[in-house]
Amino acid sequence: MRRAFRWLLAACVAIATTSAALAADLRPLVQTMGSGGYAGTEKALNQLSEAGDPAAVPVIEALQAGDLYVRKADGLVVIARKAGAGFALTDPLSGAVVGEAAAGAIDKIKINNALRRSISATLGALTLMSPDPATRRSAAEAVFKSRDANALDALNTAIAKEKDERIRRVMEQARAAVILTAGASEVDTQAAIATLTARGDRDALALLSMIAASGATDALKTAAAGAVAAVEQKLMFWGALQNLWYGLSLGSVLLLAAIGLAVTFGVMGVINMAHGEMVMIGAYTTFLVQQGLRTYAPGLTDLSILLALPAAFLVSGGVGVIIERSVIRWLYGRPLETLLATWGLSLALQQAVRSLFGPTNREVSAPSWMSGAFELGGLTITYGRLWIVVFAFAVFAALLVALKRTWFGLSIRAVTQNRPMANAMGIRTARVDALTFGLGSGIAGLAGVALSQIDNVSPNLGQSYIIDSFMVVVFGGVGNLWGTLVGALALGSLNKFLEPYAGAVLGKILVLIFIILFIQRRPRGLFALKGRAVEA
Amino acid sequence: MRHRMTGRVATFGISALAGLAMGAIAGSAQAADDTIKVGILHSLSGTMAISETTLKDVMLMLIDEQNKKGGVLGKKLEAVVVDPASNWPLFAEKARELLTKDKVAAVFGCWTSVSRKSVLPVFEELNGLLFYPVQYEGEESSRNVFYTGAAPNQQAIPAVDYLMSKEKVQRWVLAGTDYVYPRTTNKILEAYLKGKGVKDEDIKINYTPFGHSDWQSIVADIKKFGSAGKKTAVVSTINGDANVPFYKELGNQGVKAQDIPVVAFSVGEEELAGIDTKPLLGHLAAWNYFQSVDTPINAEFIKNWKTFTKNDKRVTNDPMEAHYIGFNMWVKAVEAAGTVAPDAVIDSMIGVSVPNLTGGYSAMLPNHHITKPVLIGEVQENGQFETVSKTPGLVPGDEWSDFLPDSKDLISDWRKPLSCGNFNVKTGKCGGKGS
Repeated sequence: MRRAFRWLLAACVAIATTSAALAADLRPLVQTMGSGGYAGTEKALNQLSEAGDPAAVPVIEALQAGDLYVRKADGLVVIARKAGAGFALTDPLSGAVVGEAAAGAIDKIKINNALRRSISATLGALTLMSPDPATRRSAAEAVFKSRDANALDALNTAIAKEKDERIRRVMEQARAAVILTAGASEVDTQAAIATLTARGDRDALALLSMIAASGATDALKTAAAGAVAAVEQKLMFWGALQNLWYGLSLGSVLLLAAIGLAVTFGVMGVINMAHGEMVMIGAYTTFLVQQGLRTYAPGLTDLSILLALPAAFLVSGGVGVIIERSVIRWLYGRPLETLLATWGLSLALQQAVRSLFGPTNREVSAPSWMSGAFELGGLTITYGRLWIVVFAFAVFAALLVALKRTWFGLSIRAVTQNRPMANAMGIRTARVDALTFGLGSGIAGLAGVALSQIDNVSPNLGQSYIIDSFMVVVFGGVGNLWGTLVGALALGSLNKFLEPYAGAVLGKILVLIFIILFIQRRPRGLFALKGRAVEA
Repeated sequence: MRHRMTGRVATFGISALAGLAMGAIAGSAQAADDTIKVGILHSLSGTMAISETTLKDVMLMLIDEQNKKGGVLGKKLEAVVVDPASNWPLFAEKARELLTKDKVAAVFGCWTSVSRKSVLPVFEELNGLLFYPVQYEGEESSRNVFYTGAAPNQQAIPAVDYLMSKEKVQRWVLAGTDYVYPRTTNKILEAYLKGKGVKDEDIKINYTPFGHSDWQSIVADIKKFGSAGKKTAVVSTINGDANVPFYKELGNQGVKAQDIPVVAFSVGEEELAGIDTKPLLGHLAAWNYFQSVDTPINAEFIKNWKTFTKNDKRVTNDPMEAHYIGFNMWVKAVEAAGTVAPDAVIDSMIGVSVPNLTGGYSAMLPNHHITKPVLIGEVQENGQFETVSKTPGLVPGDEWSDFLPDSKDLISDWRKPLSCGNFNVKTGKCGGKGS
């Protein structure tokens, strides 16, 4: 009995000492992370990775986040987080509070790309058994990328334990990647090739082509070459779809930029060279709204884009009304003078914005729901572009309804079709003119909100869209909204179809030549208006 | 009616021109004879205003500081600012105006290579002095121009070396805007990479127009090129406004620096100011100066700059340092020559050495280029660069690239008795090729 107790005691002591020994093993390693520059940190990280103790995870995570510091006074490695004017220091292993320090008293442990890679590889190997499924999944993806042979044992254990089908599949793919990189028996390698063929994306392709080029045996090489062909074929199909999406996305940007012009130029017949500047003003309004929210209501910053929509519509629309009242109404029926005057106006507006906001770009950050991308089959679709496509069609639909279904739209159509008659019927044509121009400019402002997400918010923003906008409107058919829609999507797709073959520069030139030839054949564009209104 | 209107527009135009002319006359009338005039030829409007306005401001600051120290040769300096409005022929006109009408002692200006090429004949004809502060493609050496920006061997080649040795890159995408600087730089890089044993199929060259804004398919293409099982990097000579949508697309499509790093030669602190840099963490840039460089002289420069612009958020960048070096060199050379006469200053410029902002000294070489350290930096979350590599010593600027067949035998030496910008060492004759 006594003996048994002694055994038990001894076992307890042994367990206690080993866990203490482990922590003690890590501590000197953690301590060396701060010395020797990038190379020193890298070496310490590799040793942590070999030790394979999950206790190191918080340390490595802090290193990744840039929170790991060295206290200058005694060289102690600590986690430092901003607290008031200085930093609050905690022990990286135990999490115990160490004290506080001023910003000058601690040195950040810097990381570079090579270290960032090692960090995600190490974290991946150490968090494969994490209780959180999302962490396990990203750990498996990290190991897939790093192909770290050290992680193989951990992977095998994790695969045996994993309950979630999808996570297990990623883990198996990661194991296949490790096996292909490190080398294994013929049977295992064949199985790995099959696993990766099933994955069938670009990363898998990269690994498979490596084996196809430098496999151990000829049988492996042929198997890999076959897999490469299969994956490539699949990717080609998705590539074509992806190109179609790019075309749709570029088309929707063109549609947004051109749709306001379809009102001012298409419906009213005003050659408005300052149209691009209305877009630019919309983008700057977005910037101002975002700045305002950042200062006064930081919680709402994610909604700034939505709040900027009405603001940009009103600001650009208001500027449009002022321009119509002050300049354009004196120039109706004289296209050449309108062209010159609005061109001068566009330069003046650009320089005004340049003086007001400075010549440098302004940052409009993307809200969280517009950042990043998701995978749809083999397609990569970025949220920002997706929302812009949705938005472009919504604006188009709204404008269509406004023109066809409202009294205001009716007056616009009446005035543009037969001004004296509309006047005789009691429509105040001058006011309708101003409001129509304001509507077109306001829509340009809405385009500015969207473009602030993908382009520079700089005084030159509008310039780069004015030519494209005119091209779309003229190609689609002046005065026809549906023509603008079809024109924008057609030119966008054509551009994206040509780009991979001809390059971006030649692609643009080819599109331009195509439009010139097209206009020669059909001077009134795709959907020409017919009837007496056109002749008038 | 039409005639009357045209007449009105014309009258307006003429009166506006007259107003401008009056302004210019009034400006020069204030100038007294006991000052030395310094011309500033940077675009303050148009596309290039985004980059060049800052350089105008930094010149005004440097001149202001010099005047506080008592000026040069006992005279105050007076800045003459003109606006060539991003219009290349106008650069030549304004340069002529500065040299003949304002009679400036030296001109600090230009950004794009095409603007420099446009003013070059004017400076050579009128024997003026131009300090050009931007990294450029090389293949030029004029007696009247001092190139204080980086030549390709002071930026592009060390960057590629870094990627090869530290990131083990084997596959290269050379992406650039379609004009002379990216095309020449990429030609040099291509020759250099092939010399290092990189195969044809591992190099992809891509050009895009100025202000290109739809990068979806090009970024997708880069991802595709990068999935061939070899480490891939992008060397970007994309210039100006096109960079913001390019980096936004990289961020959105998840091209991380750990997987496919992008090293840029035309993206500095100023350009990053318009981008959310969180997704760009770790992408690289190669320059001779970063704002984050921790030296006392740089800290003072940044402090002065923020005070001068009365804006705590203003950043500094590499071409600003080039103007800082160039201006101090000019002051030293004028003081050594005891006159601002161009010929005397040109002769005394060679060998002048002044402190740069990274803690060393830069010297003017006989080929009118300067010695500089080369820094590689990684983008940080706060929009600054963290230096990850610095050449151990200074790199002398090489005007005629050793990697192009046309120029590898050429050297430039403006010291007497050679005094030649394109001396061919094979034939022993001056005037092989180029200017």
